[in-house]
Amino acid sequence: MARTLINLPKTAKPGDVIAIKTLISHPMETGFRPGADGRILPRNIVTEFVCRFEDAEIFRAELFPASAANPYLTFTWVATRSGRFSFTWRGDAGFEQTESAAITVA
Amino acid sequence: MPPRPGSPLPAALLALLITWAPARAEPVAPAERRSGFEEMGPGIQAMQRDDDVNPGMLAVADGAELWTAAPPSGRPSCAGCHGEAASAMRGVAARYPAWDARTARPVDLQDRVNACRRVHQGAEPLAYESPDLLALTAFVATQSRGVPIAPPDDARLDAARAQGRALFAGRQGQLGLSCAICHDDHWGRRLGSAVIPQGHPTGYPLYRLEWQGLGSLQRRLRNCLTGMRAEPFGFGAPEYVALELYLATRAAPLPLETPAVRP
Amino acid sequence: MSTPRTARIRGIDRRRVLAGTAGTVLAVALRPAAAASLPRTETTDSAIRRFAGDSPIRPGRVRLDLPPLVENGNTVPLAVSVESPMTPEDHVRRIGVFNEKNPQPNVVTVHLRPGAGRAQVATRIRLADTQRITAIAEMSDGTYWSASADAIVTLAACLEG
Repeated sequence: MARTLINLPKTAKPGDVIAIKTLISHPMETGFRPGADGRILPRNIVTEFVCRFEDAEIFRAELFPASAANPYLTFTWVATRSGRFSFTWRGDAGFEQTESAAITVA
Repeated sequence: MPPRPGSPLPAALLALLITWAPARAEPVAPAERRSGFEEMGPGIQAMQRDDDVNPGMLAVADGAELWTAAPPSGRPSCAGCHGEAASAMRGVAARYPAWDARTARPVDLQDRVNACRRVHQGAEPLAYESPDLLALTAFVATQSRGVPIAPPDDARLDAARAQGRALFAGRQGQLGLSCAICHDDHWGRRLGSAVIPQGHPTGYPLYRLEWQGLGSLQRRLRNCLTGMRAEPFGFGAPEYVALELYLATRAAPLPLETPAVRP
Repeated sequence: MSTPRTARIRGIDRRRVLAGTAGTVLAVALRPAAAASLPRTETTDSAIRRFAGDSPIRPGRVRLDLPPLVENGNTVPLAVSVESPMTPEDHVRRIGVFNEKNPQPNVVTVHLRPGAGRAQVATRIRLADTQRITAIAEMSDGTYWSASADAIVTLAACLEG
């Protein structure tokens, strides 16, 4: 399992614009870089990130070799009701990981 | 080791040698000491300052998990003896390297972690620069953020500290440079496009963008030696610990900032 | 994308930087040769056309923030925001970011929803070389808006050798 760091407020008032910040530990090997033996290292990147709130997709990113190692993405959402965000990263070599975080809106 | 194609080093360092005056090797006065953080652009400073976005925090989170994980031997975890790291480890990293009475030599923080594993946990030492050793060391050092570096006043360390100072001041390598030529005499000026920092170890293990991950002070010293076209020491060599000791004296009382981010 | 105008602007910026570096200019002129010489998988124009089709792309409404002087091309902070109320009637659908000189022209593409509150995203990118970065926003009315920014990529001294 890759280490992830997900930061968003635990509580918010209805109508607040909240910032959601995500980091995941991943080498993001570009597929363009030679290894120690001179051969090109195979590409190994996260290609897609999806954030859902209560099963509805609210944000999606397509990533390319031009993403830095340990991909960082931040975006916003308007808090309207309490619920659970899920975060899914997918990538090369069958990489897939999902994490979640709850918010209380009152 | 042959230079990498496109490496800027030979040209930049030759320019340094040709254009700059001979070394005076005067250490930076305590009041003038400043962290390499000050030389970075606002984007990288922001990356370090905010724990939500600092990529070094990924390893610190790994370290927090290792702190409470019991070794396979069934002996206690780190937390089993030391308890809460936030209180038990507060200030510890600021006092390393320190004298180890059992082996009668100075040890740095990563050696201390490994000694604990061997002696108290019946576990194999972790390899230098391995993710687990970096993570545990970073987790421990992070508990001392903001604590001024305060090398122990221990006469048993004097010989190694003097050796570190001599290593820092002495010219070595094919370019005939010393650490002091850059970091004592020419800090604040530029080597290529990069501002030369005073070279204080305030944030190790740190996340270096060049490494795309966390690395130790020994790895940084190894990079410096390679840049000077000098033969690097092996990881764990007493010479590195001696340099770390001198660097801690030279950096005091700057506060620790692990996990730092540097270009 | 690589018009003569762009090249001239970059040249001026680089001279300004070099003027500030006194006797040690040689290092800045040298760049990561391996990355820069790799063949491109696709042109930037072609990647942008795959994103926007034949629609006109107008400058404006998009703000692109990246450091003008990059200390290490491995990790470059990038932020994009677009003027938009982000309502169901009027919002940003997608933002595409494109480079000129990496081996592949796409940097990142994000898909936004009206409930986002703001069209504002940040990430960290790789830049193989000094180049111009372009962000293009696709609005819910089908129009496309863009902003570009130049970044000079330098190298840290004393790299791992």
